[in-house]
Amino acid sequence: MTSSAQTAQAELQPIDVAALRDHLQSYASREGIRQWDLGASRSTSASVQVDRGEAKQLKAAQRSSITVRVWNDQGLVGITSCTDLSPAGLERALAGAREASAFGNSEEIPAFSPLAKAPTPELERPLQPARGIQSLLHTLKDAERQLLARHSAMDTVPYNGLSEGCSERLYLNSEGALRQMQRTQASLYLYARAEEAGRKPRSGGAVRLALGSDQLDVAGCIDEAANRTISHLAYQPIPTGRYLVCFTPEAFLDLLGAFSSMLNARAVLDGVSLSKAESIGEQVAVPFLSLHDNGLHPGHVGAAPFDGEGTPTRRLSLIEQGRLVGFLHSEATARHFGVAPTGHAGLGAKVSVGPDWFEVGTSDGMSSGNSHLHHARSTDTFVLIEGLNALHAGVKASQGAFSLPFDGWLVQGGERISVESATVAGDIRELLKAIVHLEEPVVTHQGVSPHVWVEGLAITGDA
Amino acid sequence: MVGLDPQRSPIQAQLEHLLTEGRRAGADLVEVFLERTDHIGVLAEQDRITSVSPSFSMGAGIRVFKGGRDGFVSTDDLGDVGLLKALDQALAMLGLERSALASAARFEGLQPLRDFAAVKHDWLQRSPDLRTSTDRLLEGTALLERLGQHLEVRRGSYARDWQEVLVAASDGTFARDIRLHQSSGLSVLAADGDHRASIGRRYGSSDRPDDLREWDLKASAAEVCQSAATMLRADYVDGGQMPVVLANRFGGVIFHEACGHLLETTQVERGTTPFADKVGELIAHPAVTAIDEGLSAGAFGSLSMDDEGMEAQRTVLIENGVLQRFLSDRAGEMRTGHARTGSGRRQNHGFAAASRMRNTYIAAGPHKPEDLIASIDQGLYCKSMGGGSVGPTGQFNFSVEEGYLIENGKLGKPVKGATLIGEAKEVMPRISMCADDLDLAAGFCGSVSGSIYVTVGQPHVKVESITVGGR
Repeated sequence: MTSSAQTAQAELQPIDVAALRDHLQSYASREGIRQWDLGASRSTSASVQVDRGEAKQLKAAQRSSITVRVWNDQGLVGITSCTDLSPAGLERALAGAREASAFGNSEEIPAFSPLAKAPTPELERPLQPARGIQSLLHTLKDAERQLLARHSAMDTVPYNGLSEGCSERLYLNSEGALRQMQRTQASLYLYARAEEAGRKPRSGGAVRLALGSDQLDVAGCIDEAANRTISHLAYQPIPTGRYLVCFTPEAFLDLLGAFSSMLNARAVLDGVSLSKAESIGEQVAVPFLSLHDNGLHPGHVGAAPFDGEGTPTRRLSLIEQGRLVGFLHSEATARHFGVAPTGHAGLGAKVSVGPDWFEVGTSDGMSSGNSHLHHARSTDTFVLIEGLNALHAGVKASQGAFSLPFDGWLVQGGERISVESATVAGDIRELLKAIVHLEEPVVTHQGVSPHVWVEGLAITGDA
Repeated sequence: MVGLDPQRSPIQAQLEHLLTEGRRAGADLVEVFLERTDHIGVLAEQDRITSVSPSFSMGAGIRVFKGGRDGFVSTDDLGDVGLLKALDQALAMLGLERSALASAARFEGLQPLRDFAAVKHDWLQRSPDLRTSTDRLLEGTALLERLGQHLEVRRGSYARDWQEVLVAASDGTFARDIRLHQSSGLSVLAADGDHRASIGRRYGSSDRPDDLREWDLKASAAEVCQSAATMLRADYVDGGQMPVVLANRFGGVIFHEACGHLLETTQVERGTTPFADKVGELIAHPAVTAIDEGLSAGAFGSLSMDDEGMEAQRTVLIENGVLQRFLSDRAGEMRTGHARTGSGRRQNHGFAAASRMRNTYIAAGPHKPEDLIASIDQGLYCKSMGGGSVGPTGQFNFSVEEGYLIENGKLGKPVKGATLIGEAKEVMPRISMCADDLDLAAGFCGSVSGSIYVTVGQPHVKVESITVGGR
């Protein structure tokens, strides 16, 4: 590799935290700002795409961003974000935040997290070296070649990408809190397209994440993308009706994520959640279902030891034996509910709250009573939903309703027939109570979940 | 940061140095995109302001072409060292090095600046200040309270996005622009017992500093409240195959998803459009003429120039059902042979430009909207649409926010929960009637080069048969 080529590798200049803090403190003191905090990030990344054996687009990026909050003399909070970490950029951001603070919400004033200086968990996420863009390109070309060789009907892999990157995050505040972390991450996706004479084109794909590009399961990604694409070639329309449905772990996690506002204290306080403050303790799902959020799970490649407010990350119980037992919290929502922040906050004028890594499982010591149901062995007639599409459009989170196109199969007597052009519709509250079985949990790239079986969902097809 | 006006800064010499170095290293073409932005977002909930979020940024995207390939590097560092480092990275991706002096290729210098920004220099100052923005939103949420019923949540939102860009390329391209986009919206959540309805409307404009001040809040609030009242107790639609009539304005999302994306050269490059070799052929019903342009005054997707420095133009995509041409950017022209159409667009400097839609609409036809409805015995009228998407095989979908059954040629009861799905090749020939009431609506489109401002539009149109997903 040439010296110039080596510059294409991801490399990260660490943020000089001491200088950053000194400058902020100095400027704040000069301007009479007594309370402030800051979140910052910096990253480098490199990625490649290929097209039928040739490099298509190669990309690299260096990015930085900061978000500062200041509390003004009336105690109101303002915020500004920018990409400029220079002293001039910091000063402009602080000035902007102070100007915005005149419009702060006096009814709900954020404070520093009481846990912003508490010990954070140790994460086993060793930083991985970058391989460089030419090496990524070689790997991806080879992956594309192997994938296309799996079936003559597969003509292209129109969506593909291999990337690696390194990022740094920090949080600090005027009371001396300091959080800092670095991590590396790599990703691979392969979505193939296949078409047989006189038939419609079909597609399928797979994704893999790892701490470094050397650790990516490239072979597994090729296998999964090939199997999924090939398995959808022999498609048929499905008659409209109500079906026993089995969601794959990825599909169920997608659905749950789209309705995560029902677990979100911010959404509860804003009145846009299906839950209310008094919903804690309610039976919201079948008794054999449990749900945790666990940003520290070993399978979570993007794990971070603290959230946007500096609160340590932890495993949080949300649903136990089908009962709602907790919400995701920021500092402000936790203060309102009289509990501790849970480590799920962003940083903003109005602090956002969001899930990190769901773990769906069977409640300890409980069973569905339907252990004969298995996505690979069952002889029942059912629809196996592999992936849900257009969640941004087809989910009404504040109403509970969904109507979503999907990729999947009609399974009859153990035989799988790929479903052409169909939607699944329902209500998440009814769905959680209509679950008839949970298989063994599986670790995916987006969380942990079993295959989830649901009775009587509406499927619309064109047969 | 200093501005991007070459007459006020030494930036032209800096750019020419980069382009010269890139060409001497053997690049076929080097393109530099510089950007600075000033953004503000405001949110009102019930009767108070709950979020004011200013942000600003600057950065560069450098792209190098060699053969059919390109290397793209983005950086937040606009200093000499930062830009040269980014150039080196982009060159290295294609196996090129500045020190190698690999090529005798020359850079002939930049053409005289085409400065679309010259008449827009005061737009940021003329935009509403924070006090005006917050006052207008609070006026909106107060109107919702006055006009609505069973409202549990009332929200008003506003975003102002100011962007200055400078594009320089080794083919001599040298162009500067200032863009100003404003979007505002009202939304409600109505609830009564087990019945719930969430309804929102978003409005957007480009290059109109006074847009927020001139927003007809009362009409917008009345529209949202009326829709919420109608949908609160609506039943869920029964799914199946049926004819539908799609209302004008945001109904245009059907063409955007079902066909527009498939007429971008990025899809031709990928081999994911069924229309790649269909120029000159009938791909839609003869009733359909479709246009993508960047020229409609004030429309959300309008441009003075695209993000590759090319002036906007009007592109007829389909005329009387016959495919005329594709939307193309610089890379698309290079890789597919389709001439550029001023459609190279990107969210910001972190993305390489790609062929993307601007203001895309189906042209008006000869009918009255009521003629379309009267022609259907049993079907669905889609008054208001949600978002949608299209997949790698051309399968599209979009959701219906406010729908009504059509029974014996007349509008019947309201229904909710419908999703329309289909395949572009099949649905375009089924758009059989177009009304005479073309109108446009603002939206956002997410794709390979990020989220961009677009306009969708159409008159009322009738689709002979489509799959309606429901319960």
